[in-house]
Amino acid sequence: MRAVKTIYQRPVVFTDEITTYCGGCGHGIINKIIAELIDEMELRDKGVICWPIGCSCLSDLYYKMDQIMCLHGRAPAVATGMKRANPKEFVLVYQGDGDMVSEGMAEIMHAAIRSEKFSIIFVNNAIYGMTGGQMAPTTLLGQHASTAPYGRRIDSSGYPVQMAELMATMPGVIYSERVAVNSPQRILQAKKAIKKAFQLQLEGKGLSFVEVLSMCPTGWSTAPVKALDWVDQKMIPIYPLGVKKDVSEGETVQNEEQELEVRSL
Amino acid sequence: MNKVVIDFERCKECGYCIHFCPKGVLTKGTEINKHSYYPPVVGEGCIACGTCARVCPDAAISVFKEEA
Repeated sequence: MRAVKTIYQRPVVFTDEITTYCGGCGHGIINKIIAELIDEMELRDKGVICWPIGCSCLSDLYYKMDQIMCLHGRAPAVATGMKRANPKEFVLVYQGDGDMVSEGMAEIMHAAIRSEKFSIIFVNNAIYGMTGGQMAPTTLLGQHASTAPYGRRIDSSGYPVQMAELMATMPGVIYSERVAVNSPQRILQAKKAIKKAFQLQLEGKGLSFVEVLSMCPTGWSTAPVKALDWVDQKMIPIYPLGVKKDVSEGETVQNEEQELEVRSL
Repeated sequence: MNKVVIDFERCKECGYCIHFCPKGVLTKGTEINKHSYYPPVVGEGCIACGTCARVCPDAAISVFKEEA
């Protein structure tokens, strides 16, 4: 009898629950990456995931570990409390674009200002998915949404927010990268980026931020396979992929120097 | 033989696995599941690359490789 090798199997940390996401939703792929990393890095018994309001607000049903569902946009504030009360605990913040950039902009900015030592995964699908495809702060110029039937215009709604670049300008953020999940290669790249963010947190270095460009076939009114091309053609020119900031080497030393300067003043 | 196992009830018919399969092993299914989706059918010629499993948003696919 020949030996059978498992190439891929459903992550162990997942429950048997069927997700509430639509077919082809990027959230499912990102949730799966997180589950794979929790299994690989054995974080199941030593971590908390802070879920947002949005399509992913029922995600606590999918994982067999400690989780909390936070108020709209307030996940970084909840995670701050978690991390400060128990600094050894692994704390992951998962937020969508409506939740983070619209309702919770103050919380995410102040978490970055304070250089809180947790990881943030920001899912950018350029629309409010759960509430029915309204315009989000990350909606692209000219993109149609139920509250922008003629497309987003600069004069009335301004410009799309580039969070990965914005976070890269904050001194408290040590790692900021933008990835996508619209092809197998990019999924691997996204997993690598999220793994690095997790590792930096476990080393206690500072806030690590990963923005993930995700598909919302229902919100964009496209077929799932066409949504993959939509990410390539429309989103990536506005939201370029890549590492925006990586000062993970030597950052803690710099912080200590700064603190010494402040004390000597 | 290499084996692709699809969780019939979990599939939401997004078609990513069919789109990305390098060998065209997966094809659109004809049987309906309890959520009214048509999960794909597995054909012959799988090389057990695991691409379908990696792109599946619902973690509905498992891939097993028989070693020589």
